[in-house]
Amino acid sequence: MSILVIAEHDNSSLKGATLNTIAAAQAIGGGDIEVLVAGSGCASVGEEAAKAAGVSKVLVADNAAYEHQLAENVAQLVAEIGGNYTHILAPATTSGKNMLPRAAALLDVQAISDISGVESADTFKRPIYAGNVIATVQSSDPIKVITVRTTAFDPVAAEGGSASVETLGSAHDAGVSKFVGEELAESERPELTSARVIVSGGRGMQNGDNFEMLYKLADKLNAGVGASRAAVDAGFVPNDMQVGQTGKIVAPELYIAVGISGAIQHLAGMKDSKVIVAINKDEEAPIFQVADYGLVGDLFEVIPALTEKV
Amino acid sequence: MKILVAVKRVIDYNVKVRPKADGSDVDLANVKMAINPFCEIAVEEAVRLKEAGTATEIVAVSIGPKQAQEQIRTALALGADRGIHVETDARMEPLAVAKTLKALIEKESPDLIIMGKQSIDADNNQTGQMLGALTAMPQGTFASEVKVADGKVAVTREVDGGLQTVELNLPAIVTTDLRLNEPRYASLPNIMKAKKKPLDTTTPDELGVSTEARVNLLKVELPPERQAGIKVPDVDTLVDKLKNEAKVI
Ligand SMILES: Cc1cc2nc3c(=O)[nH]c(=O)nc-3n(C[C@H](O)[C@H](O)[C@H](O)COP(=O)(O)OP(=O)(O)OC[C@H]3O[C@@H](n4cnc5c(N)ncnc54)[C@H](O)[C@@H]3O)c2cc1C
Ligand SMILES: Nc1ncnc2c1ncn2[C@@H]1O[C@H](COP(=O)(O)O)[C@@H](O)[C@H]1O
Repeated sequence: MSILVIAEHDNSSLKGATLNTIAAAQAIGGGDIEVLVAGSGCASVGEEAAKAAGVSKVLVADNAAYEHQLAENVAQLVAEIGGNYTHILAPATTSGKNMLPRAAALLDVQAISDISGVESADTFKRPIYAGNVIATVQSSDPIKVITVRTTAFDPVAAEGGSASVETLGSAHDAGVSKFVGEELAESERPELTSARVIVSGGRGMQNGDNFEMLYKLADKLNAGVGASRAAVDAGFVPNDMQVGQTGKIVAPELYIAVGISGAIQHLAGMKDSKVIVAINKDEEAPIFQVADYGLVGDLFEVIPALTEKV
Repeated sequence: MKILVAVKRVIDYNVKVRPKADGSDVDLANVKMAINPFCEIAVEEAVRLKEAGTATEIVAVSIGPKQAQEQIRTALALGADRGIHVETDARMEPLAVAKTLKALIEKESPDLIIMGKQSIDADNNQTGQMLGALTAMPQGTFASEVKVADGKVAVTREVDGGLQTVELNLPAIVTTDLRLNEPRYASLPNIMKAKKKPLDTTTPDELGVSTEARVNLLKVELPPERQAGIKVPDVDTLVDKLKNEAKVI
C-alpha cells in the first residue's frame, strides 16, 4: 500500500508546499509515495513532481474540470482513487483545506487537520486552540486523510528523483460550481510561507501608506511582508498578508513584528519562527513575551533607523 | 429563501486554555464559553440577507450539550427566527456534525447553509466541506463576500494568493471568513424577544447519526516554551545581536 500526496500547483509549476507534504509522507513511511497532480494543461507540473525526492509515481489528471481546483470536482477524483492508499495528504493551504475534508467525507473518513508531527502511522500531533496546546490524536479510520502544516516539515529536495508518470483519464465535473475570477496579489517579494525573513506590521502602522516603510526594510533583508488581522481588517493591506490562527502559518528564520500587540491568534501563526524581534512602544505588549529581542520604541523612528543600518 | 446557520459553542476567544493535570484534555472547568466567532459572522450574514429581502427565514442549529442552547439564543437575539438544538454530550467530530446537519437539511430543505470556516477550539476547518460532500452541494469556503441572485450564489473566497470568486448553484454551503462582515451586538429588547422564539430539540440518535469518535484524543500538552528573550536598548544593539548573536542577517 502507498501514500498519496495531493500536489499544490498553478497548472504550470509545482508549489513548494508539496515538497513539505512529501516530507510528512516520508515521516509516516510504510509504503511508496505517489503524487496526484489534478489540473488542466498541467503536464509540466507532473514532470516537476516526478523529480521530487522520494516519489515513486506521479498521477496526472489533466482535465478542464480541475483547472481551478474546484473542490466539488477534485474531491470526487481523490475519493475515486483514495481506496488504494493508506494515507492521503495535502498541504494545509487554502486549497488543501478546501478540498481534502470533502474527499474525506466521500470516503467516510474523519480527516485530521494541520498535523505538525508524526508519531506513528496512525498517530499524529496537531496544534489546537490557536496553538495554545498540542494534541496527540490517533485515527481508527482505514484511510488516514490529513492536511499537513508545512512549516513543521522540512521540504524534500525538488530535484534528484525519477518517478514514473501515469495519466488518469477520469474526469469528474460535478457541474454545480463555476470559477468566475481571481485577484491574485502580485509581489516581487518572497512568499510568506517560504520566506527566510518576514517583516510584519500591525495596527500600529496606522495606515496602508506607512507600510512603505516596511517594504523598504523588507527589500533590504530580502524579506516577505506580513500583517496582523487588525492591519488587514483596517484595509492597510490585502488579506493574503494576514499571519495567524486564521491566516498564514509561518516559521521563518527571522520574524520582525512591528506595531503588533501579540494576541494569541497572531502568535498562533508565527511563534515557531526561529528568531522573533518585536518593536512596540508599549513595553507591556504581550508580543515581548515571545520575542528574542524586544525594542521598546516608536516604530516611526525605529524602522527608518533599522532600515539604514541592516 | 430559507437559510440554515450552524453555530457552535466554544471557549471564548480571549481565554488561554491549559491542559488538565493528567493531560487527557484541555481544562474547560469554569472557563467562559461563547458562540464561535466565525459562526457569529455566519448569523450576521444570514440576518443581512433577510434584511435585504433575499431570505425569508433563518434557522439556527447547534449540536452540543444542554448549554449550547445559550448560543442558539444568541443567534436568535441577533435575528435568527427559530432554533434547533441537537443535544449530545459526545465530543462531536466534524464528520458526525456534518452527518447531523445533513439529517436536518433533509427535514428543513434550506436553500443556503451558512457556517463558520473554523471552530476556534479544535481548529478543524472541515465541517462545511464535509457537509458539501454528504449533500452533493457546492461549497464556497472562506467567504469574504456573498451575493445571491438568480438561483445562484457568488462567493468571494480568501485564498492564499489573494481572492477567488466562484459561482454556486443553490442549494449551497458557505463558510465564513473574518472579513465577511462585522457582527452586530444583540440589543436588550432583542435578547428578551429571543427568549420567546421557538427552539426545538432533538438528538443525534433521533436523527440516526452515530456520535462515535473516529479519532481518539490521546493527550494534550503545552507547546515547547520559548526561551525568554531580552530587551535591547537601541537599534544599534538590535542590529549587532541579529548579526553576531542570532546570525540571521
Ligand atoms: C476568531 C479570531 C481569529 C483571529 N485570527 C487572527 C489572525 O489570524 N491573525 C491576527 O493577527 N489576528 C487574529 N485575530 C485578531 C487578534 O485577536 C487581534 O485583535 C489582532 O491580532 C490585533 O492586531 P494588532 O496587534 O495589529 O493590533 P493591536 O492589538 O491594536 O496592537 C497594536 C500595537 O501597536 C503598538 N503601537 C501603536 N503605535 C505604535 C508606534 N508608533 N510604535 C510602536 N508600536 C506602536 C501598540 O502598542 C499595540 O501593541 C483573530 C481574532 C479572532 C476573534
Ligand atoms: N457542534 C456543532 N454545532 C453546530 N455547528 C457546528 C458544530 N461543529 C461545527 N459546526 C459548524 O462548522 C463550522 C466549522 O467547524 P470545524 O469544522 O469544527 O472547524 C463551525 O463554525 C460551525 O458553523
